[in-house]
Amino acid sequence: MGRKILLDKAHIEGIRHYDVYRREGGYRSVEKALKTMSPDAVTEEVKKSGLRGRGGAGFPTGMKWGFLAKPEGVPRYLVVNADESEPGTFKDRYLMEFIPHLLIEGMITASYALGSNVSYIYIRGEYWWVKEILEVAVQEARNAGWLGKNILGSGFDCDIFVQPGAGAYICGEETALIESLEGKRGNPRIKPPFPAVKGLWGCPTVVNNVETIAAVVPIVNDGGDEYAKIGIGKSTGTKLISACGNLNKPGVYEIEMNISVEEFLYSDEYCGGIANGKRLKACIPGGSSVPILPANLLLKTAKGETRMMTYESLSDGGFATGSMMGSGGFIAMDEDQCVVKHTYTLARFYRHESCGQCSPCREGTGWMEKILLNIENGKGKMSDIDLLWDIQRKIEGNTICPLGDAAAWPVAAAIRHFRDEFEWHVTNPTDALKGNYGLANYAKPLEIAVAP
Amino acid sequence: MLQTLPFGGDGGGYMADEKKLFTVTIDNITVEVEPGTSILQAARKIGGDVAPPAMCYYTKLKDSGGKCRTCLVEVAAGSAADPRPMPKLVASCRTNVMDGMVVKNITSDRVIDARNGVVEFLLINHPLDCPICDQAGECHLQDLSYEHGKGASRYEFKRRTFDKHDLGPYIQLHMTRCILCYRCVYTADQVTNERKHGILMRGDHSEIATYIEKSLENDFIGNVIDVCPVGALTDRTFRFKNRVWFTKPVDAHCNCEKCSGEVQLWMRGDEVLRVTARKDEWGEVKDTSKGETGWICNTCRFERKKASDWIIEGPSQINRHSVISQGHYENGVKPNETIKKVMGGRDPKLLMNIKDVSEVNQVELSEIKGAATSESFKQLKKGN
Amino acid sequence: MKFSDDKLKQVDEMISHYPEGKHKSALLPLLHFVQKENGGWLSSEAMDYTAELLKIAPIEVYEVATFYSMYNLQPVGKTIFEVCQTGPCMLRGSDGIVDYIYEKLGIKPGQTTADGLFTLKTVECLGACGYAPMMQLGPDYREHLTKEKIDALIAEGKTKAN
Repeated sequence: MGRKILLDKAHIEGIRHYDVYRREGGYRSVEKALKTMSPDAVTEEVKKSGLRGRGGAGFPTGMKWGFLAKPEGVPRYLVVNADESEPGTFKDRYLMEFIPHLLIEGMITASYALGSNVSYIYIRGEYWWVKEILEVAVQEARNAGWLGKNILGSGFDCDIFVQPGAGAYICGEETALIESLEGKRGNPRIKPPFPAVKGLWGCPTVVNNVETIAAVVPIVNDGGDEYAKIGIGKSTGTKLISACGNLNKPGVYEIEMNISVEEFLYSDEYCGGIANGKRLKACIPGGSSVPILPANLLLKTAKGETRMMTYESLSDGGFATGSMMGSGGFIAMDEDQCVVKHTYTLARFYRHESCGQCSPCREGTGWMEKILLNIENGKGKMSDIDLLWDIQRKIEGNTICPLGDAAAWPVAAAIRHFRDEFEWHVTNPTDALKGNYGLANYAKPLEIAVAP
Repeated sequence: MLQTLPFGGDGGGYMADEKKLFTVTIDNITVEVEPGTSILQAARKIGGDVAPPAMCYYTKLKDSGGKCRTCLVEVAAGSAADPRPMPKLVASCRTNVMDGMVVKNITSDRVIDARNGVVEFLLINHPLDCPICDQAGECHLQDLSYEHGKGASRYEFKRRTFDKHDLGPYIQLHMTRCILCYRCVYTADQVTNERKHGILMRGDHSEIATYIEKSLENDFIGNVIDVCPVGALTDRTFRFKNRVWFTKPVDAHCNCEKCSGEVQLWMRGDEVLRVTARKDEWGEVKDTSKGETGWICNTCRFERKKASDWIIEGPSQINRHSVISQGHYENGVKPNETIKKVMGGRDPKLLMNIKDVSEVNQVELSEIKGAATSESFKQLKKGN
Repeated sequence: MKFSDDKLKQVDEMISHYPEGKHKSALLPLLHFVQKENGGWLSSEAMDYTAELLKIAPIEVYEVATFYSMYNLQPVGKTIFEVCQTGPCMLRGSDGIVDYIYEKLGIKPGQTTADGLFTLKTVECLGACGYAPMMQLGPDYREHLTKEKIDALIAEGKTKAN
């Protein structure tokens, strides 16, 4: 069994409430930090832990905290990004729903390190019941003296508020989130300035993912060095993976970042293999925006090495033959699934979620969606495939925020690895309407080029 | 612990007298600018083709820019201190120069390719109704497409359309033509005292609107027409009156209580067809003689339509390359020609000299006073 | 539209979450609240009232209300089935759920039944991919949907209406 440091207690009866959480050792990190550590010492532990942002970009958290500007007399803010909306990702919801105090505890400790006296949780509006769970938990923490003025006599004041979104994927982008929290449309800001200098209400702000902040608790409790011992290389600690699609056991799993993709996919401890005895065709290992991989490239890298559930191994081979850890949204597709159709639904998603501010994303996402629908419905032309490629290429890297890239990558990867299937739709329009291309060669072992 | 403040403190006299300028090289041409200058402004200082096109950025409007992505450039070296290139193309309107920065605009294939893509994106849902659009001839999207677009579209789907709306008696909103530059929103925020219109909906359904139909009536709201780069916001009092290149722009002023009264009249004979603010070579509203931004009020723009309302100063300066110069042959401003310098002496743009092939053009157009007729051409040719 | 003192107190509580002068931040939570009080949708009157409560221009409210998908700008049926159709749900048969609702109620996405009881919407990812297919029903999620569950939800909607 892999070690669990975030969800190990999530199933204890009543852990959602303060008394049980506290009895199980909760809020020790706050005691330790406020009574025995300076704010900078907390940041130092986070740096030592090697913790990387769990929202998708994987940026080192300690470094991000280190960038926070600290001008005299200007408030600083910690904002937790609970706007989980990347298709395939539902891990933060699980954590907040079952063990909300872990997030609150992490927030108090992180707020202390950053000097944030008012911190916010921005949660997607659709998670309304989770918002209510969090509000109850915040109130419990407040009543027990973990929030408010002069916490534990340390002189540190902190309060937390839960802010609901209202249905916009783009608000998961940190500057769009800040705009939304200011009561505006979720249009990402043009950077620089970065939030660390000018964020919420123009003040220095750190925006961190739920899981990232929760991980601060074990890091402070056990020390950054201890945390860094888990995992491989720069992929330290545990990671929550939300597994979905055609799996026997979809759900949220906490993994140590030292297991193979194959183990995660097929072992009974995790996903338990592909549902209904079918074979794996393809997988998007890190949330819908990261490149899709055919089965043969998922389990082994192009060099023939076993692919591991780590940031480095998942991206081994770059976009040509690799993918990304992303937000840990693991979407598995069985042999009966159609990559073209799946890609179409993602293109539709990104068109729907584009804020419309900058031209390549506003116009390009809808264009890709329309072409993909044509191909899926047997109305595509061979030249459409190249056109799609060209459109995604002209969106990628040319937009204000990463949504442009997020929309471009799935299309690019689908064409890169499944061009046969696209072409089959064009050449067999009637068949494409009735059935699909099937497994083809996508699970066949790759021929590995031997180094001369 | 001592803190080092990068720009803070009083400087203690150090660096007080001498303001250090930043040196930036754009398309092989080096220019010195003040710290805090954007790449776009530095490029405009060089002028000509080196200045990236800008559809959403507007110097006089705070926070504008960054959205249309037409001004993307490649930063080949970030600064003298850190000469690493920037991995992505950057919006030159919202990226400040650093000392020793090296920028590639028209000398970068990546930029040309990306800009070509942006033009295509801006056009896929544009109605291309230039033949019936009042903006034709002074439309920045037309210029952009001409300079950076391709002859044909690869878009084969139905274009997005919206209904036309009259925003009160003076302004017509033709949303289908809009490229969502947000300039009119910033104008309403920064030039008028209450904004009544904004961007509604999201993504490819975003539109400029008032939600429930309201008329825009603020004294200065007419300026949204001047800032609109396309024909989305047009002057109802000028609607279908004339083609801009058949009108003659003159600078004029009046004593106005609300604004500077310094305007540009678009005339045909003695008839004032249209009144606008005065614009500079980048198509932006100029500063007035008192150094303020030359926004004009609705009264000047929409109600002073008699020549006798105005004191006419003389013909406006119009870029010689502009189609508007067709009907206006005085005070031509020759744009800064940079292309040869950039391309190492080659001039790939000039395929043929129009003066070599057309008799009509063998005369110096600026010498014709008033509207051109075949008679005036004949006379000038004789003179030559 | 006018709130009672009790409701106004709740509005004040929302505004108290932000520093002095940053009350516009309460716009999203307040719009949720106003929508609930206004029968599930935001009329222009309701939005103008929201602007008044926050002392901001009405256009600032329209801009926000039209941006976010959870705000309804038209009256809606008493029960709204918001079925997720994004990739992971599609893999687990969300198309079949939409078809089945059509079979039972005769409504396609975007339509409301003639009696005004049910509205069907297709929505994009709601973050419940592991429990697909799923839908949002009011403030709750209904997951692992099957035909039987849809039957039960329809029955529930009818009972609620009576």
